Amino acid sequence: MSISRAEVEHVARLARLALTEEELTLFEEQLSKILDHAQTVTSLDTEGVNPTFHSMPLLNVFRPDEVEPPLSQEEALANAPAPEDGFFRVPRILEAE
Amino acid sequence: MSAASLLTTIGLEVHVELKTATKMFCGCPVGFGGEPNTRVCPVCLGHPGTLPAMNERAIELTTKIAMALGCDIAPNSIFHRKNYFYPDMPKNYQISQYDLPVGVNGALEVEYDGVAHRIGITRVHLEEDTGKSIHVGGGGRIHDADHSLEDFNRAGTPLVEIVSEPDIHGPDVARGYATELRAILEYLGVSDVKMEEGSMRVDANISVAPPGERGVKVEIKNMNSLRSLARALEYEQRRQAEVISGGGKVVQSTRHWDEKAAKTQELRTKEEAFDYRYFPEPDLVPIQPSVEWLRQLREELPELPADRRKRYAGLGLNAYDAQVLTASKSLGQLFDEALGAAKTADAKQVANWVTNDLTGLLAARPEKDAVPISGANLAELVDMVAGGTISKGQGQQLLGEMLDTGSSPGALAEAGGIRQVSDTGELETAIEEVIAANPDVAARIAAGDNKPFGFLMGQVMKATKGQGNPKVVTELLRERLKV
Amino acid sequence: MKLWERTGAELARLIAGREVSSVEVTEAVIARIEEVEPQVRSFLTVTPEEALRKAAEVDAAIGSGEALGPLAGVPLALKDIICTRGIRTTAGSRILDNYVPPYSATVAERLEAAGTPMPGKTNLDEFAMGSSTENSAYQQTANPWDLSKVPGGSSGGSAAAVAAGQAVWSLGTDTGGSIRQPAALCGVVGLKPTYGLVSRFGLVAFASSLDQAGPITRDVRDAALVLQIIAGPDPRDSTTLPGPVPDYVAALEKGIQGMRIGVVKEISDAGVAPEVKARFQEALLALEKLGAEIGEVSLPTFGLGIDIYYLIAPAEASSNLARYDGVRFGLRVDAPDVASMHAKTRAAGFGAEVKRRIMLGTYALSSGYYDAFYLKAQKARTLIARDFARAYKDFDLLVSPGSPTTAFGLGEKLQDPLTMYLSDICNVPSSLAGATAMSVPCGLSAEDGLPVGLQFMAPPMGEATMLSAAYAFEQELGFSARPPLWAGGSGE
Ligand SMILES: [Mg+2]
Ligand SMILES: [Zn+2]
Repeated sequence: MSISRAEVEHVARLARLALTEEELTLFEEQLSKILDHAQTVTSLDTEGVNPTFHSMPLLNVFRPDEVEPPLSQEEALANAPAPEDGFFRVPRILEAE
Repeated sequence: MSAASLLTTIGLEVHVELKTATKMFCGCPVGFGGEPNTRVCPVCLGHPGTLPAMNERAIELTTKIAMALGCDIAPNSIFHRKNYFYPDMPKNYQISQYDLPVGVNGALEVEYDGVAHRIGITRVHLEEDTGKSIHVGGGGRIHDADHSLEDFNRAGTPLVEIVSEPDIHGPDVARGYATELRAILEYLGVSDVKMEEGSMRVDANISVAPPGERGVKVEIKNMNSLRSLARALEYEQRRQAEVISGGGKVVQSTRHWDEKAAKTQELRTKEEAFDYRYFPEPDLVPIQPSVEWLRQLREELPELPADRRKRYAGLGLNAYDAQVLTASKSLGQLFDEALGAAKTADAKQVANWVTNDLTGLLAARPEKDAVPISGANLAELVDMVAGGTISKGQGQQLLGEMLDTGSSPGALAEAGGIRQVSDTGELETAIEEVIAANPDVAARIAAGDNKPFGFLMGQVMKATKGQGNPKVVTELLRERLKV
Repeated sequence: MKLWERTGAELARLIAGREVSSVEVTEAVIARIEEVEPQVRSFLTVTPEEALRKAAEVDAAIGSGEALGPLAGVPLALKDIICTRGIRTTAGSRILDNYVPPYSATVAERLEAAGTPMPGKTNLDEFAMGSSTENSAYQQTANPWDLSKVPGGSSGGSAAAVAAGQAVWSLGTDTGGSIRQPAALCGVVGLKPTYGLVSRFGLVAFASSLDQAGPITRDVRDAALVLQIIAGPDPRDSTTLPGPVPDYVAALEKGIQGMRIGVVKEISDAGVAPEVKARFQEALLALEKLGAEIGEVSLPTFGLGIDIYYLIAPAEASSNLARYDGVRFGLRVDAPDVASMHAKTRAAGFGAEVKRRIMLGTYALSSGYYDAFYLKAQKARTLIARDFARAYKDFDLLVSPGSPTTAFGLGEKLQDPLTMYLSDICNVPSSLAGATAMSVPCGLSAEDGLPVGLQFMAPPMGEATMLSAAYAFEQELGFSARPPLWAGGSGE
């Protein structure tokens, strides 16, 4: 199972990681190796087996529709790298919504 | 290929914010406007280590919507994570639903041009809303902006997505569908459904193609009213028809409706397809509604527009009246209350007062949606006119005062000395005075000249300060002059 | 005997009996941190003022005759992946270098309410991704038994601190062995609870369907005491199991007589070092001597654990770590547009292992690969759970080494992710089954003098049974060895 350079670059874009040439090369090789090892799983016969998304079978866990006090604007922005008049400032958005 | 023979296919994707007290996955209050980032907490800001907790009320309201739209309610429904980066989305994934939504396979009937159109509902699912970006500089347009400011007050608001089948074949029916859907949501009381405030948002997929052929889907966003929905679809229908007629190919894309320019503009072409990497949300557990719970929710469903329209038809109201009284939940309620309280007036009379006189007066008022009049007072008014206590014109005058003061028509008539005189004795005296004052005119009429009759009538009404019952006055005058 | 050398249970008794104050104990622990921190480097943040303030409160409460809980007054260190209101929480990552949470994790709140001063936050592999604590963006924690060796990971700081006397007890988190493996390598007790027994609210998420917080202590009783406080349902974590919580301390005395204990056959292929095997065999004899029936059991899918784990955990992590984008908190590297600000920030803020797993996980979820990798792994996970369920028809508990080797050298496995991943081979399967497991010291390797751990595995909610067996084993073995730097410590 080998993963191509193009795939590694595509995945890096999806994951929003600006990787260096070195990193791209390294991951291309390491991911292939890890996925090779994972063939023990990918080649497994799981016909008719249900996936285990939750290891405990819980159902219908709800919260009552009751208001809890929110943070103050100050607290909300306390960790912000770029607060601006009560907002979180970000650079211009190029991609469409 | 002439544009006329092309077939238009439209599917609508409607998002509505639920009117819950708190957000979908945290206890922050839901609201509109206000200071930025004042209705937020670690959960809806996506802070490290926080976890979502499902708002039970939101699940109930979504289930009611699905029921009202005739959907099958999923015996097992789960949330997924929809992964993509966007600065107004705190976690950079949206907790949404994917292959197991709350409801599927519903339908909605839209009447247009006297024809009933059945529009299929593919799915009704629940998700969390995003925050809001304010674009600074470049005239507030996203791409020309210098930078943007993020406000997460809206982030995490329960948002229901209602997706229709591509069963809509014209802009008018599309508008009719959205109108009917909005009415249903208003009746259910689950949302403010205000398109201008974004509590109801409509996106459309439209394709134009020769019959039998598959068109190219174009998605249209940013239509902020039902009117702009119809306009945008008409524009896009024309645009695609022209492309095809010109031998060109429509490009699969997402386009943005520009209200001012009155045209759609391309946002992105579908080549840059997204890869959302959906997977089941591990922080939340499945929803499996019990039979008892579903039965209870069904019982709580109110009368819906379609049923109300049928009921009004049954009362003998014409299609127009039934439509007007159904389109607005509050007008319909006023009509039902008034009809219940009316002693002599019948359904048609009450309906006339609501759909003609009242709607006219309301349209002229600042807050159009508000109906500041009780069913009992309206019933009293309609009875007074029907019973002849006051004239139609006096009734219209009183209705205006009722809207301003909120008082009952009886009280207002009393205070303003507004009444209608039908007592013959009182009227005969007035008639004698008028004849005495105009002997020659009376003589001419008696001699068979009917022209001045109206003049004498007017004199009598004047003598009774306009309160004489015209019908009675005419009869008495005829008798007196033997004509 | 110096205060910091005592167990939590002993200190709690002394404090409750007013033989010593919480302030004295806390001061002794803080002094011990200062004393050996230059060698061990297990703390990322120390909070002596806060800890002493809390200790004084507890002393005052005791003075006024208030009846406090069984942990009252005994300081407890938290892995720096557990959010603490007003106290910097980094998850061992540069991207959270300056992050000060506006809220506390449920486990932190419960321990606070139980009267435990919190002297500091311990080092870890970045976002708990690692088995040696070498992936910390800040410092390299050393193994107190041999400063040239790793303490294991990802809860290496919590395990090393307890082993070195810098903490009486601590909390770690375990996603695929991160409590048990470092406990084994540092010669202390580490317990990974059943998934859902302990709230995850406030644990910086790595793999949501696997993460659990648990105690790292010097003996089994202390583990039971801490678990008792942190276990139980939490409305803020929808995946917590409904109560009630069993009495773990009472269960300690139940003994092991007649218990059926299964030895997982497949671990012989797990690259277990000879000296580890030797201690493991001796442990089995001790268990037998205590009246347990030992038998062999086969879990055919046991060996698939690591491969399944490295498809599931990174996939969930790739989504959980998307929130580190330079907008609301944490590091930001400026750029002309949002997309490049995101990409540059994340490239600068995440270390190599975190990037590797985000890449792996994003790939496993991406269109065209979801079914082949992520979904397939979740199905394989079902097979593992079935194997365990089958095994537990015939056995009350299963055992294996806590780790296939003793502590390895710093930098030894850093260049080869796969061999590093394989050091969790004994721990990952029970995590995938959502079950509980714990590592207990079972002796030292004659070869390198480093500790060896015995792992007990129980079915979900089997903590009580597991603790009674582990306690009996501990009493029988009487493991009392301490690391070299234990001697000559101050803090009377
Ligand atoms: Mg949506
Ligand atoms: Zn919130």
